[in-house]
Amino acid sequence: MKTPVISVKNLVKKFGSFVANDHLTFDVYRGEIFGFLGANGAGKTTAMRILCGLSAPTSGELMVGGYDVYSQTEQIKRNIGYMSQKFSLYEDMTIAENIRFYGGIYGLSVKERKAKEEVLLSKLSLQGERDKLIASLPLGWKQKLAFSVALLHDPQIIFLDEPTGGVDPITRRQFWDFIYEASADGKTIFVTTHYMDEAEYCDRVSIMVDGRIAALDTPEKLKKQFEAADMNEVFLKLARKAKATE
Amino acid sequence: MRTIRYILQKEFIQVFRNKTMLPMIFVLPLVQMLILVFAATYDLRNVDLYLVNQDQSATSRELVGKFEASPFFRIYDASFDLKDAESSFKKEEAEFVMIIPPGFERDLVREDEAKVELLINAIDGNKASLIYSYTLGILSRYNKEVIAEWKSLPEFNPPHRIEVKDSYWFNPELDYKWYMAPGILAILVTIIGMFLSGMNLVREKEIGTIEQLNVTPIKKYQFILGKLLPFLVIALFDLAFGLIIARLVFDLPIVGSLPLLFGFAALYLVGVLGLGLFISTVTETQQQVMFITFFFMMIFILMGGIFTPVESMPEWAQWLDRINPIYYFMRIMRMVVLKGSGFFDLWEEFASLTVIGTVFLGLAIWRYRKTAS
Repeated sequence: MKTPVISVKNLVKKFGSFVANDHLTFDVYRGEIFGFLGANGAGKTTAMRILCGLSAPTSGELMVGGYDVYSQTEQIKRNIGYMSQKFSLYEDMTIAENIRFYGGIYGLSVKERKAKEEVLLSKLSLQGERDKLIASLPLGWKQKLAFSVALLHDPQIIFLDEPTGGVDPITRRQFWDFIYEASADGKTIFVTTHYMDEAEYCDRVSIMVDGRIAALDTPEKLKKQFEAADMNEVFLKLARKAKATE
Repeated sequence: MRTIRYILQKEFIQVFRNKTMLPMIFVLPLVQMLILVFAATYDLRNVDLYLVNQDQSATSRELVGKFEASPFFRIYDASFDLKDAESSFKKEEAEFVMIIPPGFERDLVREDEAKVELLINAIDGNKASLIYSYTLGILSRYNKEVIAEWKSLPEFNPPHRIEVKDSYWFNPELDYKWYMAPGILAILVTIIGMFLSGMNLVREKEIGTIEQLNVTPIKKYQFILGKLLPFLVIALFDLAFGLIIARLVFDLPIVGSLPLLFGFAALYLVGVLGLGLFISTVTETQQQVMFITFFFMMIFILMGGIFTPVESMPEWAQWLDRINPIYYFMRIMRMVVLKGSGFFDLWEEFASLTVIGTVFLGLAIWRYRKTAS
């Protein structure tokens, strides 16, 4: 029996009269790479921000890592890593200073932090660059670094909000290698994207259209269900259907 | 505590890596002290006097001589024609016109009474009343001399005279720079602290790093204190720097205890930085912070008693000043620096600033949201 680490029942989020999330219900299982797909403005980021405790839900039952989203946000925060669309490291600080800061506020001991720093830098082959300002690094490096920093405190769930926006295909591929590695370590990955080729890399995919979940299954089953050659076609069929019923 | 330490470390790294920050920390106090203290003076010197002496008697000349001798007045021009005086007055050349009408001496001798007419430019009411009172001083002194000379018979009936001897306490030279310097310093630490802290927090909103902090288990009070303390330290440093400049340039006497002054300054800064941070929790951009902070700062500074004495404000304004932190700090600065007041002379200011600091800091912590609604 698979155990859900994220469990969402009837999540509703309204901004005034606008319904951003309309009764979302889904589970995410331990160790899974869960893709959250949808057009811009479909409500992906809103739902992710609610799960991370950055935004309060209007209604619905939500559990993340076994904790209640309404009352136990601080416990949730100890157990999740988050990488936002906006770049989140401090550009005017060096790599080492950023690691020290984030390690520090997550309560890592100096020894733990130093050890993690070595592993992290050697994995990214950045040992020689630790005293370089983040601002001087290329975007692809920054994003890989931000991902690694989000993992410093060993979270069991990692939320990635369009982590590969604006980087070249090679860097994107490398980034996904990191994601697979983390998943192999038993971490659960919750990732939003609008690159349909990336959807193929996910264990399961949910596709959001206009605030609702229009489809949720493994990429293979979705392709079969929609008689599509790839995820791109699945997505277009769903989007067209939504347009037609409007 | 460890968490706050890491935040402080980060803030200081960022502050000192910012190229515009160091000049601000050092140049702002220098400019404020050297320009504002000299410029914002109430010293009344060399007021331009337009003289219309239509009498031309020995007595009137003697009276004019008194004005010429006074350091407060300078005869700008003289004429027999009132029209010349009026036109000069309207052009804002002369600030003050004195008209000695024809028959001044005659009236004084025959009727024991003579009139002098004064026209004072009252656009600046404070200055006008100062000119008036100085003029009155000169006139009444002259009046006494006249009485003593002409009227009394000192051999058997010496006139009763009350002599007023003034002695000014705490600023015996009546040096306005000594009065202004502590006030300007109070404004300085306010500007530095309030702007820097408020702008810093909202900048994290603008670049998006605040999201990353909000998903960490950082506590609200840790975050706010981490944002407050670095700028409190910088503001205190600027206070010290400003005091050194004032000491060297204006020879400002620092009579009171420095630890007491800095203790009060820290307490005061908790309040104003708390307000700055509160403003930044309710705004989204640095521009909004600037405008709102500026709004409060203008009111606080103008009502704080640096340019106009609080005692002469209407009662409702004085009442409003009870929640104005600058009002208390301005008093503290002047009382400690110039008078050497101790803690017990200032317990009321202490209590008020403690309440203000608790409220503003509390508001900032309360309003800072890790979870948006």
